[in-house]
Amino acid sequence: MRKSNTFFLVTAIQLAILGLLMAHAAIAVQAPSNGLRQIQSLVKRLELTDLCLFTEARYTRHLSQADLNTPFQDHPLSLEHFPSGSFLAPPAMIEKLNERVD
Amino acid sequence: MREWIEKQKYIIDFTLSSLLRRKAKNIGLLALYTLIVFILASVMFFTHAIKKEASLILDQSPEMIVQKLVAGRQDLVPLRFVETVRGIRGVQAVRGRLWGYYFDPRFGANYTLLVPPPTAQTGAAGNGSRRVMVEGEPDRNAEGSAGPLFDLGADEIGVGSVVIGSGVARVREAGTGELMLFRAYDGEILPFRIKKILPSSSQLVSSDLILIDEADFKRLFGIADGLVTDLAVTVRNPTELSTIASKITRRLPDARPIIRDEILRTYDSIFNWRGGMMIVILSSAVLAFVIFAWDKASGLSAGERREIGILKAIGWESSDIILMKFWDGAVVSLTAFLSGVILAYGHVFFTDSVVFEPALKGWSTLYPRFKLIPFVSAEQVTTLFFLTVVPYSVATIVPAWRAATIDPDSAMRYTGE
Repeated sequence: MRKSNTFFLVTAIQLAILGLLMAHAAIAVQAPSNGLRQIQSLVKRLELTDLCLFTEARYTRHLSQADLNTPFQDHPLSLEHFPSGSFLAPPAMIEKLNERVD
Repeated sequence: MREWIEKQKYIIDFTLSSLLRRKAKNIGLLALYTLIVFILASVMFFTHAIKKEASLILDQSPEMIVQKLVAGRQDLVPLRFVETVRGIRGVQAVRGRLWGYYFDPRFGANYTLLVPPPTAQTGAAGNGSRRVMVEGEPDRNAEGSAGPLFDLGADEIGVGSVVIGSGVARVREAGTGELMLFRAYDGEILPFRIKKILPSSSQLVSSDLILIDEADFKRLFGIADGLVTDLAVTVRNPTELSTIASKITRRLPDARPIIRDEILRTYDSIFNWRGGMMIVILSSAVLAFVIFAWDKASGLSAGERREIGILKAIGWESSDIILMKFWDGAVVSLTAFLSGVILAYGHVFFTDSVVFEPALKGWSTLYPRFKLIPFVSAEQVTTLFFLTVVPYSVATIVPAWRAATIDPDSAMRYTGE
């Protein structure tokens, strides 16, 4: 087989797989599983506020409920030391300036 | 047209032969390029999917939570807060929530203990028989397919019993009917019988959860009557939430209201591409790609220049050489892009992000096992395409154009790297 034909064949197979994956994504999103609806019901019924993603510390478990000073809770100079803390962007208010200072 | 296609195919044949002559270098290049696309695409798919899923799930969380702060830290809320908040116009219902954390030193795990709220049938006071029933929303497409997630009566949860999340059961290797021992605030050991285990399909929100009776919760932590952890507030008109929040802080200066939008925003800011670990992963991947492109753009090797010289000497035109180099870039970048995206999709949505898991897990003992819904759009794939394939292809053409426009004789004589 000519090398160009091999290349086109490989590319066509890859495109077909990608197309199937996109179709898989579209179907999964269009018809969300019962699992998602059940989780939503659980959240509503139990009045949950956070995802159970990081259970390593109390303030990473409930990110939305944590105190704003939690990364420094042990002492004023203590830096965030839990790995999941590195996923969090600082609150927008910290980055926001009232006026330009230059 | 047919002639044009044949010409392209001949050029591709030549390009592939040329690439295969430097097999080791080009296979290494392809592997590295695929890896970069794989990392970028995995990060993009994962962050988008988890943010989208978090927004769908947490859209059902309470409209507003009111905490009490003492010396900058969260404190228990006295029930007088309930009356004050209920007195604000626009507030529909206020309910005290009881929840907290329990660190289990034996397993090094943090549990979240929660007293489930009473259902509407049993009333807000929660006296009498407490019944908690959680059901899936009725599915219009598949009748009866969303059955109850769990169904508990007051007597079932009852004093001396708990319902645990599947993460807790996994870590402790505990099953229904077994006893769990908790050390109360005064040192007394309290045994609780496991009545039920929450289904593992809900792990994303309930992996570390332990549902417990109100009396047991208060006994365990020594919480006096008339105190709750925080308040869940429901309002009549959700657009008034921020107004009501400001009224709460005026009437109760030591209160901290958290509205649902803030909860959603918190999860939107997690895995933000500008934040922490994400910027480290992305910047290293982008830097590697820039080095790649720079290496290509900064010039051709002596061998490649000589090859161009010979091709020009035997009659190839500059446009043919540029076309050849275009296919050179396109073959490598297209193959790497498609392979990288396919692998990333499989990684994130079929293997549950196994590569990211150690970083996401951190020190969590009760890390949930969950399958993300593939929220992948054509825009994401297109963005990735323009971020990776286009710069590489352009970077390949520019030095080829420079080499193709010089005299064949000097191109063949050129020996410097």
